[in-house]
Amino acid sequence: MIWDGSFRKKIIKYVNSDTEPFLREGEIIRAEGLTKCFGDFVAVDHISFSVKKGEIFGFLGANGAGKTTAMKMLCGLSKPTEGRAEVAGYDLKWEVRKIKRSIGYMSQKFSLYEDLKVWENIRLFGGIYGLSDKEIQIKTDSLLERLGLEQQRNMFVRSLPLGWKQKLAFSVAIFHEPQIVFLDEPTGGVDPATRRGFWEMIYDAAEWGLTVFVTTHYMDEAEYCDRVSIMVDGRIEALDAPSALKSKYNAANMDQVFHTLARKAKRDE
Amino acid sequence: MMFRVEVDNIKKNYGATEALRGVSMRVSEGEIFGVIGPDGAGKTSLFRILTTLILPDGGSAKVMGKDIVADYKQIRPIVGYMPGRFSLYQDLSVEENIDFFATLFGTTLQENYSLVEEIYSQIEPFRKRKAGALSGGMKQKLALCCALIHRPQVLFLDEPTTGVDPVSRKEFWYMLRRLKEQGLAIIVSTPYMDEATLCDRIALIRGGKFLKTETPQQIIADFDHPLFAVKASSMSPLLRQIRQIPQVLSCFAFGDTHHIVLKDKGIDSLQGKELLSTELERRGFTDVHINDIAPNIEDCYMYLETLNS
Repeated sequence: MIWDGSFRKKIIKYVNSDTEPFLREGEIIRAEGLTKCFGDFVAVDHISFSVKKGEIFGFLGANGAGKTTAMKMLCGLSKPTEGRAEVAGYDLKWEVRKIKRSIGYMSQKFSLYEDLKVWENIRLFGGIYGLSDKEIQIKTDSLLERLGLEQQRNMFVRSLPLGWKQKLAFSVAIFHEPQIVFLDEPTGGVDPATRRGFWEMIYDAAEWGLTVFVTTHYMDEAEYCDRVSIMVDGRIEALDAPSALKSKYNAANMDQVFHTLARKAKRDE
Repeated sequence: MMFRVEVDNIKKNYGATEALRGVSMRVSEGEIFGVIGPDGAGKTSLFRILTTLILPDGGSAKVMGKDIVADYKQIRPIVGYMPGRFSLYQDLSVEENIDFFATLFGTTLQENYSLVEEIYSQIEPFRKRKAGALSGGMKQKLALCCALIHRPQVLFLDEPTTGVDPVSRKEFWYMLRRLKEQGLAIIVSTPYMDEATLCDRIALIRGGKFLKTETPQQIIADFDHPLFAVKASSMSPLLRQIRQIPQVLSCFAFGDTHHIVLKDKGIDSLQGKELLSTELERRGFTDVHINDIAPNIEDCYMYLETLNS
């Protein structure tokens, strides 16, 4: 790193942040001007928002609006080009490792190893997050009991029905007791009954204080969130409680709100 | 009248697992037929049998009057299939993928341009881009374009809109309506209940069997239990408490309300409302709003799910 003016400014900004906390009272995520460019393409364009502790926060947007890129930055998987954010009290630029320990992550596409048994998956993820063998053993027993999966302990994950797989994937994502869990389209392609079972599980987890950050293309699920943001062309176009958004856009449901906003999109990809 | 697809008592086993346990259906020209059901119900097996990719273990089926086992070679050029997983070549460009599939079927994009024009014009600006670098909505349009390139008579779409945002889904279904107008028979599976209502007829599949095959309107008309939408400030405890009420058959979250199905079909809306408000007040809810509502297709799905699980 060259010792130039910009680096000095960064240091000052970082040192100053100690005197005045960046996260406000009750917040667990705060982003200011968070931006990600790929070459000339501005995938995420100066987004600013905050997530409160213990809330279910819906992160909506059309395909290609920048949701996944923004989520990757918040999980510490992608470096922001510009802007600042804190997740669970840690700075996105300087404390990525600490962020990764404080969050859980689950997506529809990748969550569990199909060729490992139920207990092996739990043990693997517990180990990755640095839990001791003893802890893993105790927590595995209580987890399987809670899910009613004791009989399936030695089954391969691929042979579980989708509903169980999802519940297990969610439980594994929060096995290390993170403060926040990021769910990337957790119910994509899932039938109405299984989706509802999954959301009841999210509700339960939020009730004992977990913060849930979730993306979905199902607009009825958007209604289950405490607050939702809607991204259009890399920017956050709207952010509020579903009921407030519906009255603001004079819409009967979130589907109409989404259509009104997403239709403004200019970019194709 | 000849049906485009005729299926009689089709069965399929994987070892001890019965994936399809005797499924029958008819699909006509210009009809959109929806197959609706949970993961593992047998939808994909049915699609793969009808596109001659796997063999059934029992029953028979014809596509355009041709037997799926004996005449499989004649069926392949006249059906289009879009599998659930994106199955185009990620490393080929949009243009190259289209060329590839056109060549396989001994045709060209130009030859069938009228059929795919509307879809192709939307992906044309990206024709040099690799398929793997397209967004979800664009990938799905490319896949549809490739499935139509040989001007099939029957189109099979296995969850074509999974992972696609609501605006792109609407566009996709608009395109399906246009293809239907051109006479194509379309068999489609979907986890989205709003799409189920856009089909001409739907089959509800569960555990390898069709529970019901009807028009969406008829399925809704057959729903004969009292149904209510309930709202309160704390929705999660509300759901748990409603399920404790003995007269309640089922209760599920539906967007910003919970939908309640009562067991007793004879109860009218006033009695139902009174019953629920008394019960909920007794359980400590003071700010409950109750409305009697007409069912939608998702209510019907959840009802059949409750009966069958």
